[in-house]
Amino acid sequence: MKRIDRSLKVRTGFHQAKWDEPIIFELSKKGERGVLVPQADDEITKEVGDGVSKISSSMLRKEAVNLPEISQSRVLRHYVRLSQETLGADVNIEIGQGTCTVKYSPKVNEQLGKLPGMAEIHPLQDESTVQGMLEIIYETDLAMREISGMDRFSFQPSGGSQAIMAMASLVRAYHEANGEVDQRDEIITTIYSHPSDAAAPALKGYKIIYIHPDKDGYPDYEAFKSVVSEKTAAFFVANPEDTGVYNTKVQEFTELVHKNGGLCCYDQANANGLLGVTRAKEAGFDMCHFNLHKTFSTPHGCGGPATGAVGVTKELEKFMPAPLIDFDGEKYYLNYDVPNSIGKIRSFNGVAPVIMKAYAWIRSLGAEGLYEVAKIAVLNNNYMFKKLMELDCVDAPYIEGKQRIEQVRYTLEKLAKDTGVTTGDIQRRMMDFGMHYWCSHHPYYIPEPMTLEPTETPSKEDLDEYIETLKYIFNEAYETPDKFENAPFASSCHQVDESNMDDPEKWAITWRSYLKKYTEK
Amino acid sequence: MKRIGLIVNPIAGMGGRVGLKGTDGVVDKARALGAFPQAPNRAISALKALMEIKDHIEIVTYFGEMGENEAKECGFKIKVISTIKDRESNQQDTIEAAKRILEEKVDLLLFAGGDGTARDIYNAVGENLAVVGIPAGVKIHSAVYASSPKKAGELALLYLKRNVSKVKEVEVMDIDEDAFRKGIVNTRLYGYLKIPYDPKFLQGKKSGSIMNDEGAQRAIALDVINHMKEDVLYIIGPGSTTRPIMQALGLRYTLLGVDLICNRKVVKNDLTEKELLKEISDKVCKLIITPIGGQGYLFGRGNQQISSEVIKKVGKENIIVIASNHKIRELSGKHFLVDTGDEEFDISLRGYVRVTTGYREQIVYKID
Repeated sequence: MKRIDRSLKVRTGFHQAKWDEPIIFELSKKGERGVLVPQADDEITKEVGDGVSKISSSMLRKEAVNLPEISQSRVLRHYVRLSQETLGADVNIEIGQGTCTVKYSPKVNEQLGKLPGMAEIHPLQDESTVQGMLEIIYETDLAMREISGMDRFSFQPSGGSQAIMAMASLVRAYHEANGEVDQRDEIITTIYSHPSDAAAPALKGYKIIYIHPDKDGYPDYEAFKSVVSEKTAAFFVANPEDTGVYNTKVQEFTELVHKNGGLCCYDQANANGLLGVTRAKEAGFDMCHFNLHKTFSTPHGCGGPATGAVGVTKELEKFMPAPLIDFDGEKYYLNYDVPNSIGKIRSFNGVAPVIMKAYAWIRSLGAEGLYEVAKIAVLNNNYMFKKLMELDCVDAPYIEGKQRIEQVRYTLEKLAKDTGVTTGDIQRRMMDFGMHYWCSHHPYYIPEPMTLEPTETPSKEDLDEYIETLKYIFNEAYETPDKFENAPFASSCHQVDESNMDDPEKWAITWRSYLKKYTEK
Repeated sequence: MKRIGLIVNPIAGMGGRVGLKGTDGVVDKARALGAFPQAPNRAISALKALMEIKDHIEIVTYFGEMGENEAKECGFKIKVISTIKDRESNQQDTIEAAKRILEEKVDLLLFAGGDGTARDIYNAVGENLAVVGIPAGVKIHSAVYASSPKKAGELALLYLKRNVSKVKEVEVMDIDEDAFRKGIVNTRLYGYLKIPYDPKFLQGKKSGSIMNDEGAQRAIALDVINHMKEDVLYIIGPGSTTRPIMQALGLRYTLLGVDLICNRKVVKNDLTEKELLKEISDKVCKLIITPIGGQGYLFGRGNQQISSEVIKKVGKENIIVIASNHKIRELSGKHFLVDTGDEEFDISLRGYVRVTTGYREQIVYKID
């Protein structure tokens, strides 16, 4: 029997599963059951009643809850099929989601999260019965302090943007306490920082001022100087920004803001190349946030459970979200004694399993391991950078000839001009090879952007496969540009009408809203 | 059945190849220098993009070289509304053709030419008809032109198939060619034409949920109005970015001229430099302006009434610059420019300026 030729690294034979799987509500068949719950034994009802009649009538539902009625095996098939129609981190070489730091999340940490002592506890339990979990949160706080130089962390925010929102709230609370909240109504950020660095402060009522990059891609210091004043509440910035360019003069920016009485907030969503190398404290920041679901390897939960860890200096501790987790020498406890607290950011104390997985990841690597992570992430990125920059149709603006940190925002402007094939077309075509690919946040300041972040996890083989696939597709763009019009061909889903995504009027977030918008006349 | 108007300016682009910086008034010289028509082939490239709906459209056009030949070559169904063949076409024919096509109630007007042609089309149809420009001229400053003839055809196709239904206003700019040949750049804003708006043609296919330009302009207007102070005069510069301020206040405005308001009422519309200086002579005054799209001129193009004397009287600190993010991005990193004719004063305006780009949102941008 002839073996498949593997000399070409590109998976030209890939085809994703396509199930045409209905929405789970469409599978519902009246009376079908997955589990039949037995009636309680007489012995039990004699002691405690039927379990229902003692519930206050005001709390009882008038109608049965509208859940799909399906057998167990059909439910299982449903979700396995859906999982086959995604391009998740477990099936593709996850390099194409630049800025998202999608790395391998060790399965052993997933198992830890499912241990009964972890999975079966409840946040309303008495402190004395959840000492282990509190210890984990406390110890993760200690580790994050070491990593950042900050003095106190909260794990309440359950995402990066929520953490930025917490930072904006901290800024406001600080100026309120100093009687300067009305005077200081301006937040300065940069156009290559994450859009949430502007959006969250805007939601807190701040005026937003953007700084453009200079010719090397650093935030323009002269422009910055022209707007820092007694009106400045804070400076929100990512470093490196999504271009992968690290602003080595960031301290000059933080010093200027401090001189004018403002605070400095560090968006550390791009921290993967910095672990053990630079710290927020030494760069002059008053607070920072890390995404545990990025840098610290707990998986991205499809927009769901994540953690944005917020850290502050000693001076700002009294404004932190309450409660904080403390240790009195004997036991761990929830400390509500936070005098100027901004209040709760979310219910309870954060997403416990996520904190636990990050803790396990940090402890398994240790200080040296974290530094190693940063070094390999930077090495992988610069290997890829060099290989891609050798191609005629790829370029990357700014700091010519210098290396990047952990990611690069490339431009395919030349490819688009030569062939008419855009970065959006490349994105769709990459799916035909089982690969994820991301362009950029909007708006596109770099034309035809392509943002890649390899992290420390792919091997050289993986990197080469991704690069070879890109090359294969770029070549196609020159030879058969018309092909891109209808891509993807081998994906679960053919082209979707993106105009629907641009129009909130067309959105249906739930099955109920779909029925209401699209089927009820 | 869809109906498309087609106008080809057969001489557009001829001057460029022979170094004449435009073709206005120098066709014979261009021919003598060996120039040949550029526009017909470019119009054909655009028409070819419409082939998939060929049987569902009728092309309404002028005789011979002004569109009939090109449409025929592509095999379209044609209605020729003028058959004058005994002389060469001229600028007046372009204007006349556009007027006649407007009367024919077409769905869209495609035209091939340069900045001069866009100006003629604007004079004839104004904002009463959606148009798409096929780039064929020497000077292409107007955003009414697609980036290539093929793209012009594709955009027209999307509009006719109703995949794109929005339109946006774009500036019609032109320079005085006589002056330009003598080395003087004198660009004017002539008005606005409406083109089909598809973000895909601006920034790649995955365009996301960017706020449309119109929404951004309204947000800017709200911000400006919120900050208006009592008894202060506001000079409202020309352009479609400043217009929503006047619209939100319910005031009459001059799109291509300068208006003056105070306490939310018009003091005077469409002022000359002299009138401006007189009105603001002893009052506190602020100046609201927007850069010219694609070029970045703050002063000296399209708003010559706001002279260096006027700006000096207002004071640098009282200049309010407004522009949508989209307009800023279209500058592709080029800095703002000023050209008031007073070089020393222009230099004094250099530095960084805050630009209001939305409601409580600004960017810092450099003036060169």
